[in-house]
Amino acid sequence: MFNIFRCIVMRDLTLAMRRKTDVLTTMFFFIIVVSLFPLGVGTEKETLRHIAPGVVWVAALLASMLALERLFASDYSDGTLEQMLLTPQPLTVLVLGKVLAHWLLTGLPLVLIAPLVGLQYHLSIESTGVMMLALLIGTPVLSLIGAIGAALTLGLRGGGILLSLLILPLYIPILIYGSGAVAASAIPGSELQAYFSLLAAFLLMALIFSPLATAAGLRISVE
Amino acid sequence: MSINWFKFSSPATFYPLAGKLIPIFGVLTALIGIFGLYWGFFQTPDVLTDQKQYYRIIFIHVPAAWMSMWLYVIVVAWSLIGLIFNARLAYMIAAAVAPTGAIMTVLALFTGAVWGKTSWGTWWDWDPRMTSELILLFIYVGYMALRSAIEDNRRSDRASAVLALVGLVCIPVIFWSVNCPDPNQCAALHQSSSMSGIESNILFAMLTMTVSFWMYCFLVPLMRARNIILEREHDTAWVTEMLEVKK
Repeated sequence: MFNIFRCIVMRDLTLAMRRKTDVLTTMFFFIIVVSLFPLGVGTEKETLRHIAPGVVWVAALLASMLALERLFASDYSDGTLEQMLLTPQPLTVLVLGKVLAHWLLTGLPLVLIAPLVGLQYHLSIESTGVMMLALLIGTPVLSLIGAIGAALTLGLRGGGILLSLLILPLYIPILIYGSGAVAASAIPGSELQAYFSLLAAFLLMALIFSPLATAAGLRISVE
Repeated sequence: MSINWFKFSSPATFYPLAGKLIPIFGVLTALIGIFGLYWGFFQTPDVLTDQKQYYRIIFIHVPAAWMSMWLYVIVVAWSLIGLIFNARLAYMIAAAVAPTGAIMTVLALFTGAVWGKTSWGTWWDWDPRMTSELILLFIYVGYMALRSAIEDNRRSDRASAVLALVGLVCIPVIFWSVNCPDPNQCAALHQSSSMSGIESNILFAMLTMTVSFWMYCFLVPLMRARNIILEREHDTAWVTEMLEVKK
């Protein structure tokens, strides 16, 4: 079972590496959205520091959501997905593999680029560290929840905008605690443990339930 | 005596049953509603300390808010029954209930905004309950959007049922997180209910209006369910027969 998991992850990574622009577009989308806010809101240091946590998380939400459409679409159009549904291996494991590969390609780059955002928004080193850690725990949850929506809207007209309607409300807890952690880190002496515990709890919950729901969604959509 | 639990699970038997129930619920909605409004307007104090007449919005606001949440539970319950028994009527009822739930949410938000303007001086505040209600509206909208985006009935039924279930898992977490953005202070989280301090006539009128709203939430989804049945089953023998008899 682990073999098939690794096989799926390696396959998706290889495919993505042959078309690197897909990975880069998500990352640049994130950077562009984050860079637009200072131009719109104004560039005073205090304002920027104040809005940074929310802006970063909303941009991460949008970036990971936009990348979701590609999660199953190409496999669906060339028939690979149907073959995957027919394999004797549990579909949940295959789904988990695909989500992991997707996160490595779209979520992890956001975590790694986060220090740049910290510089743009004059965040302290500690805050930037907290932001990276929160993104590291939070973005996999975004990919996992998003996979459910991607499975349900597979092959539909206007799937992208529909996907955002379904998924963005479900992202709210991650947004609240992810940006909450970064905002709290700016206040000296505040406890951050609870934020990370909650984000990690969401991650565990999503790890258990999301592959099941995604697999059910795929079976319904491909039928 | 054995009961045939599935007698009305077929659209062909449910359709006439719904037809008989609709007038009953219609009369109940109107009578209880008129009585509740009468009680609310004429048997309650005219002026509460700081609320003047505005507090009477409560007779619409609270029933609408309660129904908006309750109807989501109904949608999930019928979706679940549909997934378990593969019963197409259950999906149709879920589809019929959702728009009424969304309307109740909009009504609760609208009356809440008006009430907020009169008593707090602002149309909107990011108070946890208001935010929760707004998010509930988003979830209803997502549910209905997914349903209408899929043309194949069978797929749209089952996909939206899965979405409703996912929503059911997420909603408590969302509401809790909205209630409590700072987890370090959540040990003391307590939203006190003001029910015990309420004047008994106001409470009576409010509960009467809630029953009236509840009856309305049977009435309109039943009507909508009948339309959905006709739309989906229009090429079956019983529908053709029934329509010919009517002619």
